[in-house]
Amino acid sequence: MDNLVNLFYAAVLAGAPLLYGTLGEILTEKSGNLNMGVEGMMYMGAIGGLSTIYFYEMYCGAMANQLLCLVLAVAGSFLCGALGALIFSFLTITLRANQNVTGLTLTIFGTGFGNFFGEIIGSRSASNYMTISTEAKAAFANHNLLPFLANSDSAFLQGLNKMFFGYNWLIYFGIAIALVMAWVLKYTRIGLNLRAVGESPATADAAGINVERYKYLATIIGGGICGIGGGYISLVISNGVWVNSCVNGKGWIAVALVIFAVWSPARALMGSLVFGGLSIMRLYIPLGIPMELYDTLPYVATIVVLIFTSVKQTKEHAQPAHCGLNYFREER
Amino acid sequence: MTEQRIALPAAKDPLLRIVRRPPVSQSTAWKIRALALVAALLTTSLLILLLGHNPIAVYADLINGALGTKTARIETIKITIPLLIAALSVAITFKMQFWNIGTEGQILAGGIAATYFALFWVDKLPRPALLLVMMLAGCLAGALWAAIPALFKARWGTNETLFTLMLNYIALGIVKYLQAGPWKKPGGFPKIPMFDQAARLPKLFGVHIGWVIAIALVVLVYIYMKHTKHGYEITVVGQSKETARYAGMNVSRIIIRTMVVAGALAGLIGFLQVSGANYSLSENTAGGVGFTAISVAWLSQMNPLAMVIVSAFIAILEKGSNRIQTTFAIPASAADVITGTLLFFMLGCEFFINYRIIFRHKEKEVPQNG
Repeated sequence: MDNLVNLFYAAVLAGAPLLYGTLGEILTEKSGNLNMGVEGMMYMGAIGGLSTIYFYEMYCGAMANQLLCLVLAVAGSFLCGALGALIFSFLTITLRANQNVTGLTLTIFGTGFGNFFGEIIGSRSASNYMTISTEAKAAFANHNLLPFLANSDSAFLQGLNKMFFGYNWLIYFGIAIALVMAWVLKYTRIGLNLRAVGESPATADAAGINVERYKYLATIIGGGICGIGGGYISLVISNGVWVNSCVNGKGWIAVALVIFAVWSPARALMGSLVFGGLSIMRLYIPLGIPMELYDTLPYVATIVVLIFTSVKQTKEHAQPAHCGLNYFREER
Repeated sequence: MTEQRIALPAAKDPLLRIVRRPPVSQSTAWKIRALALVAALLTTSLLILLLGHNPIAVYADLINGALGTKTARIETIKITIPLLIAALSVAITFKMQFWNIGTEGQILAGGIAATYFALFWVDKLPRPALLLVMMLAGCLAGALWAAIPALFKARWGTNETLFTLMLNYIALGIVKYLQAGPWKKPGGFPKIPMFDQAARLPKLFGVHIGWVIAIALVVLVYIYMKHTKHGYEITVVGQSKETARYAGMNVSRIIIRTMVVAGALAGLIGFLQVSGANYSLSENTAGGVGFTAISVAWLSQMNPLAMVIVSAFIAILEKGSNRIQTTFAIPASAADVITGTLLFFMLGCEFFINYRIIFRHKEKEVPQNG
């Protein structure tokens, strides 16, 4: 039981970057843009979040205010991820470039961008690697939201506390984004318009919806959300130190999770929990498989999901109809 | 929504509008691309300038680091070989609008198969036979690794981009496993032993003969794509699957066959890398070649002859970026940033080849076209 609680806890922590990536890509794809550059935007967000705090501390002294630290990290990673998505949007929406290739290019560019700035900032700092102060790191630590639960004598309550109230702030923020997105997409006019743009831009255009604006905004905000996932990687998983190649395929798993979550933000919560769990299961459930092969489990599982969903292919849950295709009003 | 309708300006032309150009001549198209290249280089120069270095000095050092000495030139050619063949492999699948980004994994699969024979058959076969068997095994393994996603794509439309990408990580996991366990060299570090002399490719003019194979493949792929039925079928499937079906082509078979060819090319790279370049298999055998090859293929507009120049260009960038790391303390990942920027500009400039922007006040000077 204890082991299971620990596995769940670790799965949530490991699944968070996947959650952000999946949510960002769902929002993007809802507008009909298929941005394959999640991996790249995550790298950009990772360096964005870390360097915002790094430079703040460099010029204003060590970070004392944890709230400010969190806000800066989220803002920095969001903006950098959004910058990547802006490049993508400009190329695909305005300049009508192929979405697949632009996304792949964004991955190449973003990976270089993250590693490049991570290394160069590191090489110019005193310690020769890029890191933030212990005070700032504390803002991203896990803590007990409800101390009375953690201090209770009951093992059940302690377990409950750990499973639901024992995380860092970015976890709750991610869950909040998922819920807000689910609500906006389902119940608001904006959500309806956005879905219309993704399903049939020509119809949306005829109905007076500004297709380009919706596509731009959804893609850029989506990219920003992916960027926060990157910030989570550099600040929580790598513990505030720049590690080269830190994203390491998580962005790609997120792209696959969008299919697993059938374009539903609420189901993205479940999907990222499962895949977060798969990526750390080796430490909790030994199966007698060599470590190196056990580590490929999330990738094998992704393939299984891809095959399963494509063989099954229910119509109601399918991808937005116009996803991956550019919309030219003049060539309707 | 009502307010948006009202907000539309009545009977007034938009400030600028976009119309499709009649096809421009090849030379105009390449002029626009050259301009984009210059713009991209200026953008990266700006970045270098912001870092406090002189861009011209950095670029000069970069080129010097890649081509300055004979050793450097050999190294640059050794980077070019896998890149060029990988670009050929990527191009034939991209031409089919099959987004194969699993070249990396296919290279590793080929490398694994070739390494098996290099390690365990070295005393059973004479050298030419051994090398031939290694090569065939590499091609076969790459082809099989590529055939898996192709089968699922052809049968159920499974997303090939993610499928091929996930197979990269799995192939890498297998290499790491072999390295740490079954094929490990006795001793401390998880490493696969160096190959025996007999399993190493011979050299010609200082570089392993992979370069001869690469040049031969450029010609072969050019002919394959331009002048054979297969190449024609690939183009048609890429343009429109419906058209291909209507014309009586077996789309599933074309997809699988093309991926098998692409995978065999990638597997061949695996063989060349383990037998010619590194004399062993490691997790760096593919080293990002599969991804960089996408850039090369796209920058070359899928033209095999242009790929020779572009892959050499990217190889110079990669080799030279190691030099600027030591001279200017600019990280080698700068090569990725420069490649990415270049590609962004190249993708963007296609717009100006295909479309024309008409401003409102110039309206009357421009003849209407559709």
